[in-house]
Amino acid sequence: MNENITQAVQGIPLNYYIWLSTALFVIGVLGVLYRRNAIIIFMCIELMLNAVNLLLVAFSAYHGDGSGQVFVFFIMAVAAAEVAVGLAILIVIYHNTRTTDINVLNKLKW
Amino acid sequence: MNAVYILSGLGIFSLLSEIFNIRKVLFPIVLLGLAAAALLLIMDWNSVQSYYSNMLTFDNYAVAFSAGISIVALLWFMMSKDYFENNTHVTDHFALVLFSLVGAVFMVSYSNLAMLFLGIEILSISLYILAGSKMKDLFSNEAAFKYFLMGSFATGFLLFGIALVYGVTGSFDLNIIAETVAAPSVNFPSLLYAGVLMMMVGLAFKISAVPFHFWAPDVYEGSPTVVTAFMSTIVKIAAFAAFFRLFSTCFAAVSSQWVDVVQVITVLTLVVSNITAVYQNSVKRMLAFSSVAHAGYMLITLVALNEVSDSAILYYVVSYATASIAAFTILHNVAFENENVTAEAFNGLVKRNPFMAFTMTVALLSLAGIPPLAGFFAKYYIFTVAFESGYVGLVLLAILTSLIGIYYYFRIIIAMYLKSSDIITPIETPLLHRVLMVICLLASIILGVAPDLIIRLI
Repeated sequence: MNENITQAVQGIPLNYYIWLSTALFVIGVLGVLYRRNAIIIFMCIELMLNAVNLLLVAFSAYHGDGSGQVFVFFIMAVAAAEVAVGLAILIVIYHNTRTTDINVLNKLKW
Repeated sequence: MNAVYILSGLGIFSLLSEIFNIRKVLFPIVLLGLAAAALLLIMDWNSVQSYYSNMLTFDNYAVAFSAGISIVALLWFMMSKDYFENNTHVTDHFALVLFSLVGAVFMVSYSNLAMLFLGIEILSISLYILAGSKMKDLFSNEAAFKYFLMGSFATGFLLFGIALVYGVTGSFDLNIIAETVAAPSVNFPSLLYAGVLMMMVGLAFKISAVPFHFWAPDVYEGSPTVVTAFMSTIVKIAAFAAFFRLFSTCFAAVSSQWVDVVQVITVLTLVVSNITAVYQNSVKRMLAFSSVAHAGYMLITLVALNEVSDSAILYYVVSYATASIAAFTILHNVAFENENVTAEAFNGLVKRNPFMAFTMTVALLSLAGIPPLAGFFAKYYIFTVAFESGYVGLVLLAILTSLIGIYYYFRIIIAMYLKSSDIITPIETPLLHRVLMVICLLASIILGVAPDLIIRLI
């Protein structure tokens, strides 16, 4: 079973994985920079992290080394904790301003 | 390693003390615990020990920085006790700070990239909450949100860099990566260099080096003053120590690929932060830019990497942290309820509380780098390192920018001594803050007079 998955992953050239995850990562970065809605920005950050996960899994399969996949679990766990805190902050902001548009956050000049 | 157990234990104890209603004893126990952690760390001096199949390595570098972090944390707790007891749930906030200290210790002692990532996240996630700990205050909300956003954005870059480096080297272990990177023929060198640069971007966000500093002034200004003090001392030390550990051990062999980038970042940091600091009205924002500037001086040691770089950094962070804690304590006492004060709030401070004015003067002079205080020798050693490695132009630039630094630090000193104010009521400081100020004062002077106490340590 395990061998099959590794072979299936290796069935596609490594370059493709690298390009795909780079593309996902760039989409995430652009989203963080250009979108104004806090929820969508959160999603874009998740997209960046998942691009990394994909890349790690692909490299891990190609190296035949499990540590890359373990790292993915770390990233997932930490990302969940991070989003929990982020959403809590967002709820506090929503209570005070009644919006999730980050343009209201201009009290401190950039 | 015992320090990690003690710090985590203290964090859990502080959560439990809310349940068992023993909040009164929490503060002394935390102070004792931090002192014990520092002591236990120092007892491990000169014995390199690895833990958890080489995930963490406590060599002299790690021990020195973790002990430094514990001691600065002890000073910080003395500063912030009153604030937390009066304004918030003290136990929750103490627990968050203690857990984030565990992250800081990970960040200076990691020998596996997984631990670097976990350390940064443990430190940051607690801090996002602390930055927003004034729930009703929009400034604090905004600071927390920006810090969260920029923090996780930077983490994304760091992780992508780690993934690329893993792809090339096939390991997360610093020693194995260092060996693979040093080999004459590396597979996919372009992927490796992309990975190194992305890790650099991620970590530059954390130490707030220009051009990745834009979040720092806002976050520092919006957060409660005590949290700002934590960020500009302990977080800075941990992040810089992590940055330096990674690049000086792991990627030293390919330094030709990244040293120019670090040099550009250093020059930009020194110039932009010092010039922008001149134009700030808010004292807190000025201190934020000054902390960005200090990151620039520390980066010089990485550009001019040689065998005494790490002791120069250790001395620099200790002198910077003691002076910063003193400055923030006084700002906290002067500003009190109103968090963002301009330099005018310091007008005539010498009449209102002479000791506070004197301590502030020493702290600012030390930050500016005036002899015979610790800050001067810290800069002097860093410049010596750079000079020996042949970066004369960089040293000249750094000297010029520190002259600009003197200008904005002196604005506050002049306000305290020469300008008069309508308010002449004396400012009362709590006993704990007076003790803290005496400690910081002595540290700045003694370390300045006898720099050998630290400088030859590592």
